[in-house]
Amino acid sequence: MPELKLPDIDYAALLPMLILFGAACVGVLIEGFVPRSVRNMVQLVLSLAAMVAALVFVIRRAGEVTAENAATIGGAIMIDNMGLFMEGALLVLGLVSLLLFGERTLERGGAFVPHAAVTVGSERDREQAVDSGATEVYPLALFSLGGMLMFVTANDLLTMFVALEVFSLPLYLMCALARRKRLLSQESALKYFLLGAYASAFFLFGVAMIYGFAKGVDFRAIHEAVRGSETSPTLLLIGLALVAIGLLFKIAAAPFHVWTPDVYQGAPTPVTAFMAACTKAAAFGALLRVLYVGFDGAKWHFTPVLGAVAVLTMLVGAVLAVTQTDLKRLLAYSSVANAGYLMVGLLGGNKDGLSSTLFYLVAYGFTVIAAFALVSLVRDADGEATHLSRWAGLGRRSPLFAGIFTFLLLAFAGIPLTSGFMAKFGVFGAAIAGDQTWLVIFGVLTSIVLAFPYLRVVVMMWLSEPGETTPSVSIPGVLTSAVLGIGTVATLLLGVLPGPLLELADQASSFIR
Amino acid sequence: MDEYLDSYAPVALLALVGVLIVGGGFLANRLLRPRQPNAAAGKRDTYECGLDPVPGGWAQMHIRYYLYAYLYVLFAVEAVFLFPWALVYLKAGLAVIVEMAIFIGVLALGLLYAWRKRALTWQ
Repeated sequence: MPELKLPDIDYAALLPMLILFGAACVGVLIEGFVPRSVRNMVQLVLSLAAMVAALVFVIRRAGEVTAENAATIGGAIMIDNMGLFMEGALLVLGLVSLLLFGERTLERGGAFVPHAAVTVGSERDREQAVDSGATEVYPLALFSLGGMLMFVTANDLLTMFVALEVFSLPLYLMCALARRKRLLSQESALKYFLLGAYASAFFLFGVAMIYGFAKGVDFRAIHEAVRGSETSPTLLLIGLALVAIGLLFKIAAAPFHVWTPDVYQGAPTPVTAFMAACTKAAAFGALLRVLYVGFDGAKWHFTPVLGAVAVLTMLVGAVLAVTQTDLKRLLAYSSVANAGYLMVGLLGGNKDGLSSTLFYLVAYGFTVIAAFALVSLVRDADGEATHLSRWAGLGRRSPLFAGIFTFLLLAFAGIPLTSGFMAKFGVFGAAIAGDQTWLVIFGVLTSIVLAFPYLRVVVMMWLSEPGETTPSVSIPGVLTSAVLGIGTVATLLLGVLPGPLLELADQASSFIR
Repeated sequence: MDEYLDSYAPVALLALVGVLIVGGGFLANRLLRPRQPNAAAGKRDTYECGLDPVPGGWAQMHIRYYLYAYLYVLFAVEAVFLFPWALVYLKAGLAVIVEMAIFIGVLALGLLYAWRKRALTWQ
């Protein structure tokens, strides 16, 4: 028997992931053994501490990346500058959205129920509606976030697939845990699961095709095969298309976006915020790595196709956002359109495209988490009042929150002095520099269309008379206030003083192959 | 590309032979058997060891079994990983033993959680 060779494992580089997975396992133990009354507090503190610790190790690693020490576990994971930046961004955004998970003052027992699969309207379902609430979401969120960290640093397609499943499966479950509107919540989870499983199958089939072409699944082998191979590129193109479909599903690009509005609407609002910020960032991190590291030699093949997808995504997101009457669905279509803008930056190519996409991901993440935090505050007896008509006249009743929401919507619309403007400016600039002006034309046009639904909400909030049905805005607890504060301040700061983050993104925009 | 596909020729041949054997068997049966249809009462009923057949072949399995099936699959997969590990762990040293302990520990954690949540008691 040949000698067994163990791969070198650089535990220091993997520590952020290991901390998250370890804390999630401890969280499962806490579920079993810690009394229910203190469980929420213990879980919240543990999760936050794990994320902060992971973030500390990411930051400590930041100066030490070299071409030699970046790849670890036999080249399965690549902790390069870009990977570290994405890890840090995911941890910060995850940290902020986790604060929303912990909010218990808006509703007795928080936003989650313990049993996702109980039949709606049954005896047990009514029991759990008044239950003191579930805390399984914390370990689930930690598992999911750990998977995302692995997803953005995966150095071969198989590791990437495993990470994709690790971060997706907890998300499917978390979608079904909403305390109010149980049926919508279960529907969203089922839809997300079925379509997600379908997309995963596409991804895996693509990996098989690429293995047939490149005789390997790691990005260096793929890169070399794409450049030097004399075999016909049929397998490569089929494989790349299938892998891209799997990833485009996760970033919610048209025509793979159809799940987005239903899932965003049905999932508990903290989970929606988590998905909108972190899932999108993780999926873009992986897409960037696949396209820039593995398939950069096939640029001429994929740029026109993905360009068409980007244009379609922006158009579909912007036009359908206009017709929405539910605020969560409106934000979902806005998230689809933003995936299009991010793709414009991605297709701009080179270093500028990379750094502007990274900046956009962080800026958008902060804004969207704050926006969903505010959605969770406007409530009536049936929970969140998300129908647009219910928001009419909100500016009269609670000028502060209406003001904050107005500011966030202006940031989505890309008005100067907000992070949205800097982000859009960055990706469009990168696309022009990369000779993709046609994408920028569509980007600007759809931005104008997209401004309409945002401004309509603003007009409704400030200029309409408050009706009988206008719900009151709940007084947020400490955690939601913190999320609102962080999100709003970040949106403002990144708009006024984008320098530090731009510089950071610029330093981070290099891959190691 | 052609060479690549050629290497699959034996598989295709084997599939063809399989189809021929089964199809040939059915064909031979058809040609050789006597043709004397007899529609006696009860001829087409399900055969159940001499008992009168209970109506309906569709029985609903209880949903509770899914949990046991699920746990079984989990530990069956674990066993698959244990076999190759058992071949090398003596040579590869402590690190490999610790790694497998962590792997099994994580699975045991799941079982512990299921037990604490009373998922293992038959309700």
